Amino acid sequence: MKGGGLWQRVDRFGRNLVPLGVTLLMVLIGAVPLPIAGYASVVPLFSLCAVFFWAIYRPHLLPLSLVFVIGLVQDALAGTPFGLHALMLLITYGMVASQRRFFLGKPFTLVWWGFMLIALIAIVTAWLLASIAIGTVMRPGPATFQFLLTLALYPVIALLLSGAQRLLPQPA
Amino acid sequence: MATKLQKQGVLAKLATLRGVAQRFAFVSLFLLAFALMMLGKAENVVVERTRAGIADIAAPILDAVSRPVATVTDLIAQTNEMMNLRGENLRLREENARLRAWHGVATHLAAENEALRDLLHYVPPARGGFISARVVGDGGGPFVRSALINSGERDGVVKGLAAINEEGLVGRITDVGQRSSRLLLLTDFNSRIPVQLETSRDRAILTGDNSPQPQLAFLPPNARPKVGERVVTSGYGGVLPAGLPVGLVLGMRDGQMRVQPFVNWDRLEYVRIVDFGPIPAPEASAADAPVIVPVPEKPALRAAPQAAESPAVEEDGVPPAAEKLPPSLLAAPPVVAPQAGAPPANSPASGARP
Repeated sequence: MKGGGLWQRVDRFGRNLVPLGVTLLMVLIGAVPLPIAGYASVVPLFSLCAVFFWAIYRPHLLPLSLVFVIGLVQDALAGTPFGLHALMLLITYGMVASQRRFFLGKPFTLVWWGFMLIALIAIVTAWLLASIAIGTVMRPGPATFQFLLTLALYPVIALLLSGAQRLLPQPA
Repeated sequence: MATKLQKQGVLAKLATLRGVAQRFAFVSLFLLAFALMMLGKAENVVVERTRAGIADIAAPILDAVSRPVATVTDLIAQTNEMMNLRGENLRLREENARLRAWHGVATHLAAENEALRDLLHYVPPARGGFISARVVGDGGGPFVRSALINSGERDGVVKGLAAINEEGLVGRITDVGQRSSRLLLLTDFNSRIPVQLETSRDRAILTGDNSPQPQLAFLPPNARPKVGERVVTSGYGGVLPAGLPVGLVLGMRDGQMRVQPFVNWDRLEYVRIVDFGPIPAPEASAADAPVIVPVPEKPALRAAPQAAESPAVEEDGVPPAAEKLPPSLLAAPPVVAPQAGAPPANSPASGARP
């Protein structure tokens, strides 16, 4: 498995970029305008789902620094205070990293339950930070909806992400 | 044996070091993100440039990704239209009859306006242009109301310009990149638009609070806005041109006088950025207020092909946008023809007056 020809190495390199690419794609998908009433204010946090997933299953392919950059990209696209999503994703990543052993090899419902707790903490923190950055207490309604929508969509996204995970070389 | 133990000890130490380094990295990135947030609040140039740069790179991709979505939406809308053809036809006939009356009024007023301007030796302000742009990204989530558009500095977009669509004022440009810009919607918490009630002429500041219906703040104490009264930009402060339609007074909701904007936020696809050049402040000379009226000889309502697909500046006297602008723009000049005032656009009776 070690070494290999040039093509093998290029192939492995390309495959190792999958988590980053997929997470950035999730950021882009979240920014696409959809003609659904009120959608823009409750857009599900696709990127948070992806960061949560990769932090459990392939953390070495999505290091902390990249999570930070992905968050900044999301901030630039969404127009949120620069650093807000970066903080939200860092918190998610940090919490998952500390509980990784707990999640590995557990049934999906348990992982989903863990996602609920971690996403809740991340979104509440983001809500507090946004309130500080924008200088007012934000209405909690849209953030609550965003949380529920993200939670409801996680199984679908996790399914797509595990499809992407099959492209990756097995961890050593 | 001893070497093996030593090796294990070194490995353990390395692992601890790695843990510490990781924790350090986490804390420093966390602090960095927080610092960026605070810097961004203070409108730091570096933060703004970085943000615009990222948006510039992503805008073409987003543009490509959002097109299929737009196509599907259009298809659904077209199917709906097909199903409502008869009703729509009837409605359009009625509207056409009403607009015909308005056409007469507009021609008459334009001629009168011209004559009065000649009398006053009035020098009209330089006519600006429109920059058409497509909304390629929104999804600010619960905290902001803004949109990413696919025109930037190279198309002539400047910070602070107003963006309108065929319904009314959408918002203002807050960040400009090379080929993308950020449009702060008038419902955003940070949005402040100087407005005027169209009939009472009372001035106020339209203040967004992230809800779909922004508030009217700083109304004069004796002002009594009527429900359904039209709200237009006042041009006060010299930031936006006067007379752009904004919305209708909704009345008191949760202790605030609120306005229902004309714009349908769920279907924001194209916007026009209004560039009227330097705008004279109305208090300097009320008659200098920019007049957003097409050339008098050809008063509006002219069918012209839409060039909204690609961003383009339309510099000629009659912007093709003119026929898409609501009639209020025709009734906009507040001072030049006060007797023409601003009859409610939806009352056909007033059309027969002149």
